[in-house]
Amino acid sequence: MSEVSVEVTVNGRRLRETVEPRLTLADFLRDRCRLTGTHLGCEHGVCGACTVLVNGAAVRSCLMFAVQADGAEVTTVEGISSPDDGLSTVQAAFRDCHGLQCGFCTPGFVVSVTAFLRDHPSPTDAQIREALSGTLCRCTGYQGIFRAVRQAATTGPRAERS
Amino acid sequence: MKPASFEYHAPETAADAARLLAALGDGAKVLAGGQSLVPMLALRLAVFEHLVDIGRVSELQGIERRDDELWIGAGTTHARIEASAEVASAVPVLTRATPFIGHFQIRNRGTLGGSIAHADPAAEYPAVALALDARMHVTSSKGGRTIAARDFFDGLWTTTMEPDELLVGVSFPVWNGRSGFAVEELARRHGDFAIAGAIVGVELDDADRIRRCAIGLIGLGAKPERAEDAETAVAGREVADVEAGEVGGLAMAGLESVPADLHGSAEFRTRVGAEMVARAWTMASREARDE
Repeated sequence: MSEVSVEVTVNGRRLRETVEPRLTLADFLRDRCRLTGTHLGCEHGVCGACTVLVNGAAVRSCLMFAVQADGAEVTTVEGISSPDDGLSTVQAAFRDCHGLQCGFCTPGFVVSVTAFLRDHPSPTDAQIREALSGTLCRCTGYQGIFRAVRQAATTGPRAERS
Repeated sequence: MKPASFEYHAPETAADAARLLAALGDGAKVLAGGQSLVPMLALRLAVFEHLVDIGRVSELQGIERRDDELWIGAGTTHARIEASAEVASAVPVLTRATPFIGHFQIRNRGTLGGSIAHADPAAEYPAVALALDARMHVTSSKGGRTIAARDFFDGLWTTTMEPDELLVGVSFPVWNGRSGFAVEELARRHGDFAIAGAIVGVELDDADRIRRCAIGLIGLGAKPERAEDAETAVAGREVADVEAGEVGGLAMAGLESVPADLHGSAEFRTRVGAEMVARAWTMASREARDE
């Protein structure tokens, strides 16, 4: 089967790769870009661990082929905060509120919640629960995660990086 | 890599997509948002030699009022429909049905046309399209045609579209009168496919008599179902005389292939379905009366 050339901007870096069409965006990010912060749980769109931003929209990277991201801007959990900038507001809130235990699902939560709070800066409790419903956690339980989102919403986004 | 190998095609016009479907034959499948197709490929429940990605066909995207109908391009995402003021004012039941579809990450990719063409009996948009008498516009290399919703859904995940036909858009009738709409579902968790659900539209005349009624059923058959007996039974009656429980019961009469699985028997789903219709009826008729 013929391979296809794709050009994707990942966390601000432009990459050109030749891929098999059946390579998912998740596998592309992990195996080609070596960005292993994007975790693969179920690989069929249920668990949400692989969530990344594609042109700003939170999507399951296991339900998208890398070829579909040709020309797109992708942000993974590695791009949520820069190495010199420490944790983002959302990440800090997850740490403060015990929003993670084993951490496997955390990248999906952090990316999803980052997009959610950008679009809903003052969410209701019901909106937070609905936003969290698309990501599964099997160890912490959701109360700490819920509190983390509430704290991040209250703190608000940190000042723009210069 | 979990899916089997396939050739990838990314046409930029609907005509090119249709030409590809004609040339590639039965081994080709349209890839829209991929939120149902990609899991099926990953689990190898489905294998295709060619995928024709319509995500770059801009003419398939859009929301447009055309006289007494609202046209929505097949490639329009659920997220865009959910956020559209035009949809909320013209076909409010679509706005209310959309949050029931999966989770927001799914709605960012999933498309109206993908949902309709996938024809899942437990999905929301097929039931809305059927209940409202929407019209599906399809094209192929031989030309275009329009299929009424009642002639479109053929069976489990099956439509009357030919393999070389592409769904380009759906026209939803706009109800201009005193009308109300509601969507009710019971699911084990938010975002799961419903155990049973209902979509109800009610339009009243100035004397509070039911001018028209539309009832779509979710997850209660092998294909999207419409409760026509219940619709006929209430037509012309004064809305205050109609008991919600009566509508729910009538809506379940004549259902022949209510599914059963480990989440519930057919009897249980039928009881839940009657209650969902009753609740949706109550809300929709209240909204219509208040208008």
